[in-house]
Amino acid sequence: MTFTETLPTPAPAGSGPLAIDLRGLHKSFGTVRAVDGIDLAVRPGEVVAFLGPNGAGKTTTIDMLLGLARPDAGTVQLHGMDPARAIAEGRVSAVMQSGGLLKDLTVLETVQLTASFFRATRSVAEVMERAGIADIGSRQVAKCSGGQQQRLRFALALLPDPDVLVLDEPTTGMDVEGRRDFWNALRADAARGRTILFATHYLEEADAYADRIVLVSHGRVVADGSAAQVKNLASGRLVSARLAGLDERGADTLRALPGVQDVEVRGDRVLVRTQDSDGVARHLLTATSASDVEITARGLEDAFLALTGDATRTDDTLGSL
Amino acid sequence: MSTVSTSARTSAPVASDASRAPRTGLVNLPFLAIELRRLLRNRRTMIFTLIMPPAFFLIFGTAQEYKTTSVGHANVTAWIMVSMALYGAMLATTGGGASVSVERAQGWTRQLRLTPLRPATYVTTKVVVAMVLGLVSTLVVTAVGLVSGADGEAGRIALSVALAWAGSAVFAAFGLFMGYLLPAENVMQILGPVLALMAFAGGLFVPLGDGLFADIAKVVPTYGLAEIVRAPLTGDGVSVWAIVNVLGWAAVFVSGAAWRFKRDTARV
Repeated sequence: MTFTETLPTPAPAGSGPLAIDLRGLHKSFGTVRAVDGIDLAVRPGEVVAFLGPNGAGKTTTIDMLLGLARPDAGTVQLHGMDPARAIAEGRVSAVMQSGGLLKDLTVLETVQLTASFFRATRSVAEVMERAGIADIGSRQVAKCSGGQQQRLRFALALLPDPDVLVLDEPTTGMDVEGRRDFWNALRADAARGRTILFATHYLEEADAYADRIVLVSHGRVVADGSAAQVKNLASGRLVSARLAGLDERGADTLRALPGVQDVEVRGDRVLVRTQDSDGVARHLLTATSASDVEITARGLEDAFLALTGDATRTDDTLGSL
Repeated sequence: MSTVSTSARTSAPVASDASRAPRTGLVNLPFLAIELRRLLRNRRTMIFTLIMPPAFFLIFGTAQEYKTTSVGHANVTAWIMVSMALYGAMLATTGGGASVSVERAQGWTRQLRLTPLRPATYVTTKVVVAMVLGLVSTLVVTAVGLVSGADGEAGRIALSVALAWAGSAVFAAFGLFMGYLLPAENVMQILGPVLALMAFAGGLFVPLGDGLFADIAKVVPTYGLAEIVRAPLTGDGVSVWAIVNVLGWAAVFVSGAAWRFKRDTARV
């Protein structure tokens, strides 16, 4: 089955500069094309999930976005400036995946130290409160759990009151509770209107916390739309039945049924992707000679696998129908 | 540190453009203060730089005959004291510089690149902290020495100690160079023995005599400094070779550190 439609990139609205403007980004490591032509326009205030499997090029893109890596080709602009200037002015900050903390410092010292690098910051107490680490200020970083360390990185990122906050797989390695606490803190912050871009390979996170999902695979954007749009892509069910001798006209009849997204014939079986599986099943059983009808739900997972091109599992599932 | 006092936030940035301008200046006092506090908490560093050198001095430098034998303007005990002060300062400054290695291994230097902190400020702070530790180490050895029989012309001893401290700056550069070069999480485990070897080979622990070792010593990084530091006590002049030795190694270490530092902060 094919599932290749790509949602249109929302056209930038308004006249102000984009919060994030990536154009034609390319980056290779040896023969591996980590990022193979990424364009991304994010308006101020958007919360964007950068979703893709491991190795899709998310971290490399973020490194270029933050000026930690130099693109082979393409440009990066944050509010109309290059990344180095955006960082120097505290307009962008980031929560990276791991590392980046001095183990011998306390949580409070880490925040105070980072604050000293800026000319002006939000108060240390405020960012610690907002990140949910106000009660562990005297704890040594080495003794903090993964979740606490990540909330500490979040507090550091809040210090310059950035316009753009970038998070690279922020909940990797956290337990369920740590993950929930982290997202609660981030969600509260997002409500204040900051532009947020977070990379994740967890579909639920992208679905639950982003206004917009950008699906990346093999260094390219393969789908880009609101969470609802992407969910819609995946929300249908698959109706499959044995129906020998289905001709083009019969297939067109199926396509014309309400809610049908796609019809595919495989041998003597027909596969119908639809929002209204009951209607399709009723039609198949009453108006055709179909037998052996099966209805399967398609999850976000399937859409994800199909869209990111890692569809082996999807095909296997279909093959066994 | 000033703070932005606006409490509620809308989609517009809160901070004014003026407060967004990156800090200037090479030294940032809170950064320096926290770095010094980290140093005090590091038990291993404390033992190696503040306890070992005076202990060595007490073991090697306080024999009765040393106290009564003069090297010119001070006794042998004082001569060994300033040698150990130099050794302590070397350990301290090398360790201070090499601490960048640990911070690179922990990803801290990468994290710093996401802040406006200028790399030059980072390195300057590291060197200042290294020199402060070197000063403390030098002073501890001197204090222990003076109450344990080191004696001589006060001005000359003070000059020797000051030279030991100032000269150890060469080793701050050495530490930085090695810290950027070596990927080890604890680079001092390698550099500690290396420094001890240099101290021996350069004649810091035992006199060199006139044989093959004396010739080898002339190219060892500690050789020139040892001669310069001891010169005020002996009253001997400083040989051209000692000065060439110090300047040559200083050039090697500083340019090596600068080279690796540039590589480390370059975008890839």
